Amino acid sequence: MKEAVLHVFRGTSEGGAPVEYRVPVAPGMVVLDALHYVQGHLAPDLAVRWNCKAGRCGSCSAEVNGRPRLTCKTRMDSLPLDQPVTVTPMRAFPVIRDLVTDVSWNYEVNRRIPPFHPRAGTDWKMSQADIDRVQEFRRCIECFLCQNVCHVLRDHEKKREFGGPRFFVRVAALEMHPLDDVSRTKLLKDELGIGYCNITKCCTEVCPEDIRITDNAIIPLKERVVDDYYDPVARFLGKIFGSGKAES
Amino acid sequence: MSTPLTPGPSPAGRGEKYETHEHDVLVIGAGGAGLRAAIEALAQGASVGIVCKSLLGKAHTVMAEGGIAAAMANVDSADDWRVHFRDTMRGGKFLNNWRMAQIHAQESPDRVRELEQWGALFDRTEEGEILQRAFGGHSFKRLCHVGDRTGLEMIRTLQDRGVQMGFHVYMECAVTRLLRDGDRVCGAFGYWREQGRFVVFKAKAVVLATGGIGKAWRITSNSWEYTGDGMALAYDAGAELQDMEFVQFHPTGMVWPPGVQGILVTEAVRGEGGMLRNRLGERFMERYDPKQMDLSTRDVVARAIYTEVREGRGTEHGGAYLDISHKPADYVKRKLPGMYHQFLELADVDITKGPMEVGPTCHYMMGGVRVDAETASSTVPGLFAAGEVAAGLHGANRLGGNSLSDLLVFGRRAGLAAADHANRTRAVTPTAGEIEDASREMLEVFERPEGESPYVIHRDLENTMEELVGIFRNEEDLVLGLEKLADLSERAHRVRVEGSRLFNPGWHLARDLKSMLTVSEAVARSALARHESRGAHSRTDFPKSDPGWGRRNIVVRRAKEGMELAERPVPEMPAELAALVESP
Repeated sequence: MKEAVLHVFRGTSEGGAPVEYRVPVAPGMVVLDALHYVQGHLAPDLAVRWNCKAGRCGSCSAEVNGRPRLTCKTRMDSLPLDQPVTVTPMRAFPVIRDLVTDVSWNYEVNRRIPPFHPRAGTDWKMSQADIDRVQEFRRCIECFLCQNVCHVLRDHEKKREFGGPRFFVRVAALEMHPLDDVSRTKLLKDELGIGYCNITKCCTEVCPEDIRITDNAIIPLKERVVDDYYDPVARFLGKIFGSGKAES
Repeated sequence: MSTPLTPGPSPAGRGEKYETHEHDVLVIGAGGAGLRAAIEALAQGASVGIVCKSLLGKAHTVMAEGGIAAAMANVDSADDWRVHFRDTMRGGKFLNNWRMAQIHAQESPDRVRELEQWGALFDRTEEGEILQRAFGGHSFKRLCHVGDRTGLEMIRTLQDRGVQMGFHVYMECAVTRLLRDGDRVCGAFGYWREQGRFVVFKAKAVVLATGGIGKAWRITSNSWEYTGDGMALAYDAGAELQDMEFVQFHPTGMVWPPGVQGILVTEAVRGEGGMLRNRLGERFMERYDPKQMDLSTRDVVARAIYTEVREGRGTEHGGAYLDISHKPADYVKRKLPGMYHQFLELADVDITKGPMEVGPTCHYMMGGVRVDAETASSTVPGLFAAGEVAAGLHGANRLGGNSLSDLLVFGRRAGLAAADHANRTRAVTPTAGEIEDASREMLEVFERPEGESPYVIHRDLENTMEELVGIFRNEEDLVLGLEKLADLSERAHRVRVEGSRLFNPGWHLARDLKSMLTVSEAVARSALARHESRGAHSRTDFPKSDPGWGRRNIVVRRAKEGMELAERPVPEMPAELAALVESP
């Protein structure tokens, strides 16, 4: 049986280093299988988050050979196994232990987003065409790879001023829900700092659910913010006719 | 509300510190049932804590694919709760608690509408209503769905609702013991997975919503969390478990490559028109259920595939072919996007062009904590259970789609009853002795100079259950299985954990093993006791159903000498419901 060499980060918030493990490679094996092999045979205390092992829960995010990936969907045979495979934790979040990072900040951001609020008197009928886009956003499995790769968070650590792509997708799903009647543009502008995004599309590239984060969520939201706050004609018309959405 | 790091008991608890939190209602588990219970208890004005082993939103509900069964009659106008009730009872081979099946069928449409009002977006009909699809054992198109990711839609909707309403979430926290005051439950003891510190919850009512036990089998669709915690906690606290012999093997799991073996292939593939064939190209379901064919109930289809393989008509990797490629590629990608990607990325198979290989995988536990139909209360005061951890609704076999509706209907009822119970109860402080004992149990595994790795014992458990307590059972296998389980329990008592308490999966598994072993024993003992075949329980030495056994549920409870089995009569249906079930 073929063998792969893994260099897995072992350590805590106080520091750490890669440790080498040799793992037999079976057909169709994914990186998470290799990590489980390490746990089961070589290092029972290797800390890894995972749940479904089928790309549906978004728990097993890490960086494989420097690329943000779901380890359950990264096939070993897609990697050059003549060199060691490096597995490191997501860099944008503080390490707790080994591959497990502290992602609690994301849950704090989420709590600040006003929930869905239906229009009064709706009959709850919606056409599929009107919800296709929102369903795209609701595919998000919260793996936080988009947050991890976003340079505003990864390199500039603007976690206080910036919500990150995951939460622009979430806000977009609410804003574009055909029956929602709350406006979240003030939140986007003031609290989630959507202006910091300069649409480099790194988030879209890493999304395992193929959500077109930049084109379909962030750019339309930026346009809404511009319409509500920077476009005098739109503001004027909005005041006269109402924008259709109440400010949160 | 909380007292961080209360000085702990000494000296037996070695001066261990723990934090204390107090709530009216403590919910253990944050999948569909736990979240729905928490939302309802909050709506009643209770203070609610919800504990989950994973991050919020990652519970196993997220893996549910096909849909939520509810007789809304949006697609087939002849559907109503009576038909749903009849289908559920027939699917469960009449071992179901009829009242639970009735409540479930009557209330699930409202629970689905409620999700929509909280922001869930289901696929639509031409008229703009919630679209419903066909599924095994359902007489009409009944499953409300979002492509093949219905569970994700449900869990996201519920978690956001609960967060907005203000529940306290204890993420990556595991409960190891229910604390009692006399007979009643008054709280729980657990540990934070992250730092390994201990935590005590004081609560007037506790709702178990911990799901099933699939990780005790080698080939399973279940995640690491599915270790039977709630059933074991309830059993240890004196509650009765019921119908433990009924373990559902889903007919269609992936079989190749080895690393993905067991991952679920949704029944929606067949609901959307997918067909099963054997190596010879035969539509073999004609031999097992010519009427319902590929959409027969799961117990029947799982046995059919297993039998085809055993008799030499299986595929290259020991399964059956499941083919949806006769449908337009765009349609397959739209209705089954998850399946399309799963096979393309993990198995190099394009399901729009050729067949999948599938075989049975351990999927769901029909049995669990014996509960009251109206209130989801267990036989222990202050302890409630809803969802997969509870028994009764599904009888001997669950229909696809009835799980998500179960979570909503009985999650809500459990939350309601728990809040009501909390209102009528005064808080009690758990005794120091019990807390000391619970912390000692968690710490002793570090102190052994030598001992086995929990991973080795877990592998042996998975193999034992797979080989001896699987789809087809007989006395010889089950007796041998029980001997092996006794031996595994002995070994688990001597397990040793390496490393520190800081996010240590080996330590966590060492504790989960205990729950798995308790529940596995309950499964094997119940399976040995039921001398017939019914639903998901197939005895090769008793291949027929026995009308006498059809009137009895087996219950399991803790006794001084160990596990004790008893029988309870299946509750008798009122005449009008009995007539409904017998109607053609």
